Amino acid sequence: MSGTIELADLKHATDVQKLKERIRQVQRSLVEMTSAMGVHLGSSLSCLEVIATLYFLKMRHAPHRPQWRERDRFILSKGHAAPALYAVLAEAGYFPKEELRTLKRIGSRLQGHPDLRAPGVDAPSGSLGQGISIGIGMALAAKMRGSRSRVYVLAGDGECDEGQVWESLMTAVHLRLDNLVLIIDRNGWQLDDRTEEVKRKVPLRSKLESFGWETYSVNGHDVEKIVEVLDAAERAEQPVAIIAHTKKGKGISFLEDSNKGHKLKLSEEEYLAAIKELEMTAKCA
Amino acid sequence: MRVAFGEGLLELGEELEDLVVLTADVAKPTQAIGFGERFPHRFLNVGIAEQDMVDIAAGLALSEKVPVAVAFAPFMMRAWEQVRSTIARCSLNVKLVGTHSGLSASDEGASHQSLEDVALMRVLPNMTVVVPGDREEVKEATRAIVESKGPAYMRIGRDEDARFLEEEFRLGRAVVLKDGSDVAVFSNGYLTSEVLAAAEGAPVDAMVVHVPTVKPLDSSTVLSAARKTGAAVCVEEHSVIGGMGSAVSELLSEEYPIRVRRMGVGDTFGESGTYRELLEKHRLTATHIREAMVEAAKRRETR
Repeated sequence: MSGTIELADLKHATDVQKLKERIRQVQRSLVEMTSAMGVHLGSSLSCLEVIATLYFLKMRHAPHRPQWRERDRFILSKGHAAPALYAVLAEAGYFPKEELRTLKRIGSRLQGHPDLRAPGVDAPSGSLGQGISIGIGMALAAKMRGSRSRVYVLAGDGECDEGQVWESLMTAVHLRLDNLVLIIDRNGWQLDDRTEEVKRKVPLRSKLESFGWETYSVNGHDVEKIVEVLDAAERAEQPVAIIAHTKKGKGISFLEDSNKGHKLKLSEEEYLAAIKELEMTAKCA
Repeated sequence: MRVAFGEGLLELGEELEDLVVLTADVAKPTQAIGFGERFPHRFLNVGIAEQDMVDIAAGLALSEKVPVAVAFAPFMMRAWEQVRSTIARCSLNVKLVGTHSGLSASDEGASHQSLEDVALMRVLPNMTVVVPGDREEVKEATRAIVESKGPAYMRIGRDEDARFLEEEFRLGRAVVLKDGSDVAVFSNGYLTSEVLAAAEGAPVDAMVVHVPTVKPLDSSTVLSAARKTGAAVCVEEHSVIGGMGSAVSELLSEEYPIRVRRMGVGDTFGESGTYRELLEKHRLTATHIREAMVEAAKRRETR
């Protein structure tokens, strides 16, 4: 029996190792995209580990059959992090990685904010505050069908300013949607300034708890911890909220925890510095 | 009209397993409640939260359900941006029904009277917009939007109970209810019955065209009516800006420019009063419509 557990642990460790390697690939893709076009790099990097962990380790989905009915769904409610989603989808095999170069170009399937043109995108976004409601609709549909399909929504912390977020937080609990998981990318920044300067969010955790959500906090760059908390979410009997504490611009020191990377195009020099830093980190890992 | 809508929903519920009805604390006044009682597992009352409702409907549609979201028309418009950015943009299969539209919320006053909804919905790409007026037509239109693919908005009134149609509702089709040669009157909703009363015994020979689908507009019927008569009057329970009258004017200005008289509520908000009083105040009763017909026929250009 203990042998089985050790084997499972070993497999898990290998999976996590592979996941980390793929995250480095995706980070690199993101930096490459940002050298070609102005993108929201900072807020893409802050939620990259979460999206990658979902697609590469947690969700049941089929890149060769994007419309598979029984798949788990992912909604990027903070649609401006589209480059992170696209890079992960390409890495997962939904479309060729070369297509990432077409991001935001006229005629591309990779629109500035997600819509259904890009294979693998489960819901449109770009206008903030709508993802949880859309997720409720999908979670309900799954329940009606008797499906095991689960729904993950990734929202930004700044996005919590939107009133609809709180409408939907009430609804999901009322409906006891235990197949719905909300992850809040708590990077502490929104477009104009630090989140607490623009409009106070704290105490975010107790707000979510008081709305009836089973709430966790996690380091949003620590994939082992993300996996743990996503596992816990599967055993919940109500909707689960995970506050992922993150750094905007994670992995690229000249962007980290600043608003510089809210939307930018990297210069040649910055691009080379970013790639070098990612390579250094990869070597040390 | 809302009673007919409630009956229509129930019939459809029996036939279509994927039909889901959502409402925002107005299950009773919109008559969606009947569906809720018969099919509680396919019914959702989200409380007073129209934006949440509309996006939950979007999520259901993204999972192959056929959601019908029902609210008072003016408050459905609170979720217009959700409709624009999520539903219309991706042409999701969501049906929106606004009840108590136009002046029909009468005594409740301007806050509850929606005189802008047709304009707001018509401007959205992919959106179908229907304004039925006959009791049976409301039922048929409900079926038609549910059975068609893509987003649709249907507006209905509160208490009017008109019966003037023999032909069945068909999406995208305008119906000539009375032929005539002096002036073409285009109308929809309950007001078509006022137009028919106006045409009856009028000193001019008016053609009455019922236009329940505002988008896509039945351009061939509208154009041939305009060509035959050379004068047009549009009558609707909506602002004169942006509604069916605007749609007809846009078409005619490009294809067959003739004078178009738009009757509706001028560029103003409503107020409390009985439905009849309000129609009278905004000159939307048979008497006023008849005057407009005569005037339009008189001013018509001869080609």
